Amino acid sequence: MHANLRFYLLVILIMGLGVGLILYKHFILGFPLLPDDKTPVWNIEAKIDFSARGGPVVVSFALPPETPDIVIIKEDFASPDYGFSELASPSGRRAQWSKRAVKGAQTAYYRLSLYETDQITSSIAADLPSEPEKPEFDEVLNTAAITLLDQVRNRSANTKIFTRELITALNSKVPSQNQSLLLSERSSDDYKTHLIINLLAMEGISARIVRGLYLEDGRRRQSLTNFVEVYIGGQWLLFNQNTGLHGKPENFLIWQRGDESLLDVVGGKNSQISFSIIKNLQSTRNLVVRDSMSKQAGIIDFSIYSLPIEQQNAFKMILLLPIGALIVVIMRLLIGLRTSGTFMPILIALALIQTTLLTGIIIFLTVVGTGLLIRSYLSRLNLLFVARISAVIIVVIVIMASISIISNKLGLDQALTVTFFPMIILSWTIERMSVLWEEDGPREVLIQGGGSLLTAVIAYLFMSNRTIEYLSFNFPELMLVNLAFILLLGQYTGYRLSELYRFHSLERRNVSSKS
Amino acid sequence: MFLASPKKLRSFGIIGMNQRNFGLISRYNPRHLYPLVDDKLKTKLLAQQAGITVPKLLGTLHYQHDVKLLQEVLRPYNQFVIKPVKGSGGKGILVIVEHDHNLYFKPSGDAIQLVDIERHVSNILSGLHSLGGKPDSVMIESLIQLDPVFSGYSYEGIPDIRIIVFRGYPIMAMLRLTTHASDGKANLHQGAVGVGIDIGTGGALHAVQFGETVLHHPDTRKTFSELFIPHWDKLLQLAAACYEMTGLGYLGADLVLDRDQGPMIIELNARPGLSIQVANYAGLAPRVAVIETLKAIDPDPQARVIFSKKQFSTVLNPHTPRLQHTRYDDPR
Repeated sequence: MHANLRFYLLVILIMGLGVGLILYKHFILGFPLLPDDKTPVWNIEAKIDFSARGGPVVVSFALPPETPDIVIIKEDFASPDYGFSELASPSGRRAQWSKRAVKGAQTAYYRLSLYETDQITSSIAADLPSEPEKPEFDEVLNTAAITLLDQVRNRSANTKIFTRELITALNSKVPSQNQSLLLSERSSDDYKTHLIINLLAMEGISARIVRGLYLEDGRRRQSLTNFVEVYIGGQWLLFNQNTGLHGKPENFLIWQRGDESLLDVVGGKNSQISFSIIKNLQSTRNLVVRDSMSKQAGIIDFSIYSLPIEQQNAFKMILLLPIGALIVVIMRLLIGLRTSGTFMPILIALALIQTTLLTGIIIFLTVVGTGLLIRSYLSRLNLLFVARISAVIIVVIVIMASISIISNKLGLDQALTVTFFPMIILSWTIERMSVLWEEDGPREVLIQGGGSLLTAVIAYLFMSNRTIEYLSFNFPELMLVNLAFILLLGQYTGYRLSELYRFHSLERRNVSSKS
Repeated sequence: MFLASPKKLRSFGIIGMNQRNFGLISRYNPRHLYPLVDDKLKTKLLAQQAGITVPKLLGTLHYQHDVKLLQEVLRPYNQFVIKPVKGSGGKGILVIVEHDHNLYFKPSGDAIQLVDIERHVSNILSGLHSLGGKPDSVMIESLIQLDPVFSGYSYEGIPDIRIIVFRGYPIMAMLRLTTHASDGKANLHQGAVGVGIDIGTGGALHAVQFGETVLHHPDTRKTFSELFIPHWDKLLQLAAACYEMTGLGYLGADLVLDRDQGPMIIELNARPGLSIQVANYAGLAPRVAVIETLKAIDPDPQARVIFSKKQFSTVLNPHTPRLQHTRYDDPR
């Protein structure tokens, strides 16, 4: 009993470890459980145009901050013959292009590929706001502002509602006198943003401007949209300055926070910036692997992904073997199918993966059938055993070569895959079958051969399943789960399905003797 | 109905392969003892030391170049059996019943030549029939003479008696009769008839071929109802003694009745099959349970045989062994 308990503890431990690692990779690292999981990747191009005056030129451009909810795959900075550097300033990253002397129309490009993750932007390092600066309005504006703020204050219960109400009031379709006065005729987006921030400052609320880009596929000549971020209850809340809704909209990339300029051009004029956006879908798994590698997540860094691609491909195959082994265990311990050679079916299944099912079976039957014929002649030659099996190997190679050549001449490309069959295993199969034929007759050959082929086909169906292939390669921890199952099956002492048939006459007899 | 319900099989005490491997073989048969029975020469030697009769050893061949000596070895004998020393499941056994100049006759009447025998021997030496394909040796034994009691019950071969011995107690027995279908071999899956034998009396209980009930021998048409195995006590004792001889807790002893020399052991098996349950129409599990609950194993094979005969006789006792056991065991 004690040993039993230990065994089950071990099984649970192995199973738990496997499942735990899978869950960790899925939920924390973001590995998708299905192969077809795709993530939209946004390719953004910012184009900076200006005309240079002829003297030295310095272009400084704000870059989007790296936050946990986006992953930047790639960044490019392109501009002919410019010196380039990326600077970190307190307000965020900036790109700087510079040149000693240049004249005429100039263009600089900044390209960025990124995707959004599901990770909630935990307000890490919610940078503290500076004390709001009371704006200096002239007399008229000041009165208007105070009146508006009073009205809004009466309608709101807390800062959040206050901000929302203020924005709605400023955007109302039928503006009151105060509003029209405040917004005036110069109501550009920037002006409105600053107005909101100023009005909030008069209430003692800290706010700042946020510029961002709506991500929409196939858009060109886009510009950044202004949002207002308000410091409420220890965190920054994003408000749409046209609707008053709070929260970050979907597919919205925050490009810059704070009042620093987006683009500074020293030594140029008529500077202009425009964005174009293209979306494409990429496999989530590839993105996650790349991201985890670059972040050096231990479990990924010390995994198969760190191997060269060629070895990775080899492991793709190798990691399928446990699935085949599980099938064989099930077929033998639960079903009770007899196979010729314990793991021969797995190797056949591996070959089938390369050749596809029907072609593979036809080739297998042809090679084994022809081999058996020739082997029956060899058995009359009175050869020593090792010599005979070696002869069979050569026969098998000759058969395989003939199949390849003949099918090539006939234009049957599929049959060329014959080389994927393991020659030694085929030879052993032929030798065993032939001995079996001589000793136990063709019936046993059919039973064992059929059993092997059936097991191989079932193993093939599992191993060639895209989802299973994907899971076994990307979640090698599945092997632990598999191992736990095999350990459990190793303790199965019940009847095999075939035994229910084998002993079925017993049941009849016992029933009749009782009645 | 092609499939039995597992529930019913369990209630009859039928043991399946998984349970046999797990609960009997791996529990009662220590691995290091296997060579004693897997190597038939060792078994023979052990048996001879224990005073158990075995078929006479006519010769052994160990190396490929010994094959040339084969003709010399075989010359004096008219009848003989060639066996791989480490064969399993009756594989690679060649029986020659008559020798005439160059021709050797199999029980079926087929004639083969010396080269055929040489090739067979060479195959055995290369390990074709041995477990794991390891190089093997060949032994040549005297042919067992059919006891007249079995005449009419056997076709082209010698019937053998398989007795399952569990921790020294014979718990189940069957007689395996060769048929035309089995090509003179006593293997049930090749078509030999299995006759369940009552442990108490040595009388036939029930017979099957290919898993189906048969009432008479398929080739000779002789009915099994009046079949009683002579020297039954002696056979049981020989089988029981194999426990001391090998130390294996779960073994199948294959015995034969020789016309001239009486009961002898031809082979021991550390992984005896389960068809014996079909031939007996009874499961092994209740009988195993009876022995497992015994507090001590009687060191005297004769006493164990007496115990088994009382416990496992199905003819005299209408009670199931299980019930009987509890009553027997309680007063102690």
